[in-house]
Amino acid sequence: MNANRPGFPLTAAALLALAAIWIAVTSLFIPAPAAADVEAVPREGFAAPDFTLTSLSGETVQLSALRGKVVFLNFWTSWCPPCKTEMPAIQQLSEQSPDVAVLAVNVSDQDRLEDAQLFLASNRINLDALLDSDGSVSRLYQVEALPTSFFIDKQGIIRKIVYGGPISSALLFAETSSLVEEP
Amino acid sequence: MLPVVDLGPLSIQTSGLLLLIGVWVGLLRTERYARKLGLDANQIYNLAAIGLISGLVGARLAYAAQNAPAFSRNLLALLSLKPEMLDPLAGMAVGLLTAFIYGQQKKVPFWPTLDAFTPAAAIIMIVIGFSHLASGKAFGAPANLPWSITLWGTERHPTQIYEILAAIVIAALIWPREHQKWAGTPGVRFLILLAASAGARLFLEAFRGDSLLIFTSLRIAQVVAWLILAGVLWLIARRLSSQAGQPAESTNQNGESR
Repeated sequence: MNANRPGFPLTAAALLALAAIWIAVTSLFIPAPAAADVEAVPREGFAAPDFTLTSLSGETVQLSALRGKVVFLNFWTSWCPPCKTEMPAIQQLSEQSPDVAVLAVNVSDQDRLEDAQLFLASNRINLDALLDSDGSVSRLYQVEALPTSFFIDKQGIIRKIVYGGPISSALLFAETSSLVEEP
Repeated sequence: MLPVVDLGPLSIQTSGLLLLIGVWVGLLRTERYARKLGLDANQIYNLAAIGLISGLVGARLAYAAQNAPAFSRNLLALLSLKPEMLDPLAGMAVGLLTAFIYGQQKKVPFWPTLDAFTPAAAIIMIVIGFSHLASGKAFGAPANLPWSITLWGTERHPTQIYEILAAIVIAALIWPREHQKWAGTPGVRFLILLAASAGARLFLEAFRGDSLLIFTSLRIAQVVAWLILAGVLWLIARRLSSQAGQPAESTNQNGESR
């Protein structure tokens, strides 16, 4: 390779021209998937799969009914130490951010109802936890580690997933605030 | 896909674990190659360590600065091990700038040092491909091809595998060996890595399913890659022509400049 040879600038120019043509051709003939085509998959950049669950107090919550609101979705069990550590921060988020819907889903097929209730009471958590009694929602969200948290924007798109914990209150407030500020 | 590895009570993100291994292997390789190039391996190691540490600190501080109200509630969160609270671009900028300043102060030769890091960068790029495969990031657009992979219920381009293959080809291209005539010009090995990587991204971006767009259909990553490619080709031309105007450099047995 020798830049003094007339061939090098020509080769470089040809490469750049080919690259520009590739960009133009792919922009015109290989369109990127449109935002409207986003499938419901539990991964960042995709629509959050819809579900309906009943809470400890008997209230029914459907995820799609919360469209237009930022949603923080957390999967937990009573026997998981990081779940216990992060729960006060999640409660704080629920109390201090009215624009954020906080959904704390107890993976009930891996937990006992009385243990979950005791866990909330002994840690002074007054969140109305949702009960995933048959584990279908945690399977739908492919939860492989506990806790796992999903930040969902106002359009219902999963923007961030945090595997494991404990999640810090700074991360909770930082991520939800930036989503709330989005149009 | 294997986004998380459970080690006892710990859930570790596979992508982060792979990147750590990649950086470690890359640094080992850099030390050995720096010696071959006649550079002070300890100085190069210190340069890398300073760049990495300052990059991490910069990434956390930049994230905290963008989310100051959240961090003002809990300053200890600055010390959190969570990789989600990092601004990667800012971290990269701070790390590179700090390493550059350190290198200038210690009079570390600029272009040969970049060459010393080139094999490490090539290894890390292969590892990034594997980390994308594990996490499901950089996924492909839906496609019905014989080699499509089923991801989340849809047949897609295996863009992470394309990325790994491209990185392996680029590593083979720039890997130090005999009879590389261009290797006599310091910096060219590194610049070729940059140009080839930009070219690969520009080509493969067309098959991704997560592209950001401008003007309705233009992929931003392709435009940025084209600009990088143009800048790097110009730099290669400059390096080669400036070298041609100087007396021939002494080279070692691998055709590498001293």
